[in-house]
Amino acid sequence: MAKAAARKTTPAASSSVERRPALAGRSTTAAAVKVEVLPPVERVSLRAPEASAAALSKALGVTLPKKPKTSASKGGRTALWLGPDEWLVIDEAGNDPLADCAGVAALHSAVGISHRNIAISVTGAGAAATINAGCPQDLSLDAFPVGAASRTILGKTEIVLLRTAADAFRVECWRSFSDYVFTFLSEGSRDAAV
Amino acid sequence: MLLIRCPYCEEERPELEFRNAGEAHIARSANMAGESDDDFEKFFFIRSNPKGIIYERWRHMHGCARFFNAVRDTVTDRFVMTYKAGEPKPSKLPGVGK
Repeated sequence: MAKAAARKTTPAASSSVERRPALAGRSTTAAAVKVEVLPPVERVSLRAPEASAAALSKALGVTLPKKPKTSASKGGRTALWLGPDEWLVIDEAGNDPLADCAGVAALHSAVGISHRNIAISVTGAGAAATINAGCPQDLSLDAFPVGAASRTILGKTEIVLLRTAADAFRVECWRSFSDYVFTFLSEGSRDAAV
Repeated sequence: MLLIRCPYCEEERPELEFRNAGEAHIARSANMAGESDDDFEKFFFIRSNPKGIIYERWRHMHGCARFFNAVRDTVTDRFVMTYKAGEPKPSKLPGVGK
């Protein structure tokens, strides 16, 4: 019952249950790059065999990409290819992708990881150079076009990288690593400006 | 930096994303309890450790997270080829003379 009551409470109504995301409000602006913490979103780690992909795509409203290093986006919901049977689903529209997956009978595993990750946006002309300060992947537009997504590393931590525009990236990292990742990107943005 | 081709991601990726996972094509006995101590020792501890071509398991740890097999030259550290887990040992290696 307490749970149900907590769900009905809107954040504005009670300051005692205010959600405080890690790094909230932090941002760095260098000459060519802006590094910002993005607002909380709903996230699902989705594992499913190929046979279930069609049913899950229909339920989620976005076609799960089958090609490596790609993503698909529709109506504020993005599905990122992480592995041959693994996707990261991000919902920025405030809907719950976990609930949509729950109604699918086809074999799959959907795990809510909304609070596990922190998203950081890196935008500006030096965005790729900033991330390349600690990420060994080729981030030129030929190798990593707009919409490309990949799990990779940044310095000592694992990140999920999504290119949202030619000069904009979304960096998803684990919450406990977020301080390190944000500081790393801030330092990188200073170097990228040189 | 060494570039390793991941057969699942279908492209070459920097070595920092990968982890070595030991020698490949070591078959586990279906009847492990019936193995003699000598046979178990061979299966569990003894590795070929060749000078030259070696067949290894690698994992694209910070990428697609899949295990795959790679053929590597231990002298030059060059990756001859990679192939998906479960596929048989390649009979012919590209660019390697017998």
